[in-house]
Amino acid sequence: MTLENTEMATMKNRPSRRTLLTMGGLALIGLSGCQRKMVFNGIDVSGSEQGRDFELKDPEGKTRTLADFKGKAVMVFFGFTQCPDVCPTALVRAAEVKQLLGKDGDRLQVLFVTVDPERDTPEVLKAYTAAFDPSFIGLYGDLQRTAETAKEFKVHYEKVSTGSSYTMDHTALTFVYDPSGKLRLVLRHQQSAQEFAQDLRKLLL
Amino acid sequence: MTSIFRFAAVALALIASSAHAQITVKDAWVRATVPQQKATGAFMQLQSAKDTRLVSASSPVSPNVEVHEMSMQDNTMKMRQVPAVDLPAAKTVELKPGGYHVMLLNLPGPIKEGETVPLTLTFESKAGERETVEVQAQVRPLNSGSAPAEHGGHGSKAGYAH
Ligand SMILES: [Cu+2]
Repeated sequence: MTLENTEMATMKNRPSRRTLLTMGGLALIGLSGCQRKMVFNGIDVSGSEQGRDFELKDPEGKTRTLADFKGKAVMVFFGFTQCPDVCPTALVRAAEVKQLLGKDGDRLQVLFVTVDPERDTPEVLKAYTAAFDPSFIGLYGDLQRTAETAKEFKVHYEKVSTGSSYTMDHTALTFVYDPSGKLRLVLRHQQSAQEFAQDLRKLLL
Repeated sequence: MTSIFRFAAVALALIASSAHAQITVKDAWVRATVPQQKATGAFMQLQSAKDTRLVSASSPVSPNVEVHEMSMQDNTMKMRQVPAVDLPAAKTVELKPGGYHVMLLNLPGPIKEGETVPLTLTFESKAGERETVEVQAQVRPLNSGSAPAEHGGHGSKAGYAH
């Protein structure tokens, strides 16, 4: 087992304790009879075995994990900066969502994980995310870490050669965490900023 | 490159039109890039009086210009080079985010907001006659929405500050 794999394994173990605690919490709420089923625009993936954590670098070279964003709702999108429209559209929408949340916008962290770390250098990532919102953070890993992270999120990506270059097919979903660091929702690219914001308001209550 | 842009600014034409097949290009725009970003897309509305096809494009700002199609399959974004985009007579065909675009690849420098990018579009009729149309595409900010030409009256855009 390589060092990377070991780290990944430890990483995966970490949230399971938290999940148990939260499950206990939910059981209590259920018993007291005040649990109302939340209805979301996105796909509810609460409790599913995916996106439990990540360990990636920010453009300053600092290692980032989910724990860094505790207390905030987190939206994660996988993409690449050479994407002509899906990635910019997703980030424009993320900036709109932040605005729609008003004061609560400060409690939202948007993360853009590159699936093309070979071309998306820290410099490009930093300038790119800043063009949408200065608070957005671009994250990257080496090729192996990128693959492991995508696997953890069940994100598909693939290098496809085009006439003179290459492009990346990639899953265009937005993963949403609640402020306790639990993955709760997966939002589709076709959904609007309003639909995103409605769901986030519920998670930020 | 600056001189090209300066020339372009002087020659700025929002609507380019060809003499023969009466091909009209409207609202051509390119998404700005940040330094070191090597690719971006150009979008526009095309219309032709007669059946024709957009078969290629070129630009002095990029050594590799391709006609691409973006599609979403099972929530996966796919982008492929296409041999041509059909322009049925008198029908407006949009190259827009989420569909066709002209892809500018291996950019030697950034594409800056407010500048214009010259594009040469090549069309080919069924009979094989080729024709080119020159377009000056306006550079819009990197964070332009997917439908920047539509302002107001668009419910989903409410609250979006420009
Ligand atoms: Cu493309």
